[in-house]
Amino acid sequence: MNTPMTALPHPARFRRLSGPAGIGLLLALAYGLVPLVAGDYLLEAILTPFLALALAGLGLNLLVGYAGLLSLGSAAFMAVGAYAAFNLSLRVPGLPLPAAFLGGGLAAAAAGLVAGLPALRLRGFYLAVSTLAAQFFVAWALNRIGWLSNDSPSGVIGAPRLVLAGWSFEDARGRYAVSLVVVSLLTFAAWRLVRSPTGRDLVAIRDQETAARIVGVRVARTKLLAFALSSFVVGVAGVLWAFAYLRTVEPAGFNLDRSFQILFIVIIGGLGTLRGAFLGAGFIVVLPLVLSRLGAALLGDGFDSGTLEMVQRIVLGALIVAVLIREPAGLSALLDRLFTRLFDRPRRVPA
Amino acid sequence: MVSSAPPHSSWLPSALRRVAPLPGRAAPRRRARALAAAPARSAPPAGSAILAVEGLTLTFGGTTAFEAIDLAVEPGEIHAVIGPNGAGKSSLINAISGLYVPQSGRVRIGEATFSTVPAGRLAALGVARTFQNLALFKGLSVLDNVLSGLAGAQRAGFAAQALGLPHARREAQAHRARAAEVMADLDLAAMAGRPAGTLPFGVQERVELARALVARPRLLLLDEPMAGMTATEKAQMSRFIREARERLGSAIVLIEHDIGVVMRLSDRVTVLDHGRRIAHGTPAQVQADPAVIAAYLGGDEHAGEAA
Ligand SMILES: Nc1ncnc2c1ncn2[C@@H]1O[C@H](COP(=O)(O)OP(=O)(O)O)[C@@H](O)[C@H]1O
Ligand SMILES: [Mg+2]
Repeated sequence: MNTPMTALPHPARFRRLSGPAGIGLLLALAYGLVPLVAGDYLLEAILTPFLALALAGLGLNLLVGYAGLLSLGSAAFMAVGAYAAFNLSLRVPGLPLPAAFLGGGLAAAAAGLVAGLPALRLRGFYLAVSTLAAQFFVAWALNRIGWLSNDSPSGVIGAPRLVLAGWSFEDARGRYAVSLVVVSLLTFAAWRLVRSPTGRDLVAIRDQETAARIVGVRVARTKLLAFALSSFVVGVAGVLWAFAYLRTVEPAGFNLDRSFQILFIVIIGGLGTLRGAFLGAGFIVVLPLVLSRLGAALLGDGFDSGTLEMVQRIVLGALIVAVLIREPAGLSALLDRLFTRLFDRPRRVPA
Repeated sequence: MVSSAPPHSSWLPSALRRVAPLPGRAAPRRRARALAAAPARSAPPAGSAILAVEGLTLTFGGTTAFEAIDLAVEPGEIHAVIGPNGAGKSSLINAISGLYVPQSGRVRIGEATFSTVPAGRLAALGVARTFQNLALFKGLSVLDNVLSGLAGAQRAGFAAQALGLPHARREAQAHRARAAEVMADLDLAAMAGRPAGTLPFGVQERVELARALVARPRLLLLDEPMAGMTATEKAQMSRFIREARERLGSAIVLIEHDIGVVMRLSDRVTVLDHGRRIAHGTPAQVQADPAVIAAYLGGDEHAGEAA
């Protein structure tokens, strides 16, 4: 199966956009301006889920975009992260919050390692289908094993209090801050990873597995590492989703729909680019809100919410198709082209 | 195009392994062939050769890619393998590098002898290769492609890289320096940052050579590195190959169709036709061999055409 992953653009193409100045500006906005000016609604209903989903997309992109291994199990790894962190903070009194996040990530990494075993034999769609096993097994376990949700009915769990060193991060601003810090740290780590020899190995097995084996890349080990690292990041995203965004989650919140949502984020944003996850998550989170506002404004209150939601989904689907037709490499490539057009042409004309 | 590593070669070898007959079934044939081939086997003087292929046979289902091939390559030797299209040259290289599983025969690389060469250990054995249909990592830059040739030499583990431990940093720096050296040697320094997939064909061939040379292999397998090149590019490539031998002392197995290049470059030549070795010796000996002349001039309309 010749998946689209074989024809990916190289991250180096986007160097200008993701240069130090751009990153610095973005960080200044996210850490400085946003908490100052944003209201609770923006922080907790838009930015916090945006950050969690972007992180999940980032994690999945390591696997799908960089290593070329297709997975439909992201939501399962998010669930493992969330439930593991929940159990850790529940059962280990006084466990600091960062340790719960780390534990959630590690549990998800272990689950990813197991779910990645079929990758040693399968690829493409066959591998994707095999990752569904993880999806269904985790859902089954969370519904059946009461201990995992502290015997709560239908597996619903509540987040622990977000307190660190006496500081409370329970309000909208605090939960946004926790998300932002976690996402920044893991994005930095992912950035280091993709530029390291290991990151090179990931792309090598994606682009030319045979040649990778010949030059001495340990292919099986690298694939499992890709699953573990990706699942770690996705797992931490799951912790954010549960602890910082929703506060109470049930297993159904981590169903196949969620896995697809994260895969869409990666594909729309741009496979094999770190910023693609953020662009894709922005598209998936922000656009529906804009559409529903727009819909309500245009159509008024006469329409029932079901119809509105359906129209919204159709428009969103059409936009996804439009983006991918314009630029199969996703929003990050589209943006890159836009920047080239804006900034390169004036320079070329006088030359 | 269909021969040797095709574009989707990443999934092909494992598929072939499944198709290839089980060793058990091939065993009786192997014994018979070993006996039959024994008196004729004169080439491999065991011991000194860096590569010794003995009685190697490979079939795909019903068709025989090559049969009872003997080949010995001395350290530092440039050994050309020539023959018409479909003669089995690429298959031979693929079997030597562990991508195809031969039915019988042995391959000795250095001190280690295999009935099936483990492809994953090739780099550790000091063997590097290029592919007939180019197998670059298209999404990686030229520099990263060349660096990837050192994957087998990578010692610092993932954790050490992530934490930026001193030995990992030192290793990364040494590898970058080595890659820069090879890229300078092969005139690639100017395009270090370009994605490999965007480069012209001739340059990609050079990047493949650089990726193979960067690890200082003691045995280098080159499958038609000059296919489709202009005379100027061929001369340049020939020079790079000769220099590689001089600098690194590598033994080189070179598949090449251009007889002129073969005559100028190689120390010894093995000629394959329809999967059999029909001649071997110095270029002059081979050129004068009646069997070779017959194979190239008689009947086979593919002869001489670039594969
Ligand atoms: N992967 C393969 N599957 C089936 N047959 C193959 C394969 N590779 C090579 N062959 C067959 O083996 C024979 C030798 O091919 P090859 O080694 O590519 O020749 P050469 O490199 O000398 O042109 C040809 O008949 C070819 O069709
Ligand atoms: Mg060939």
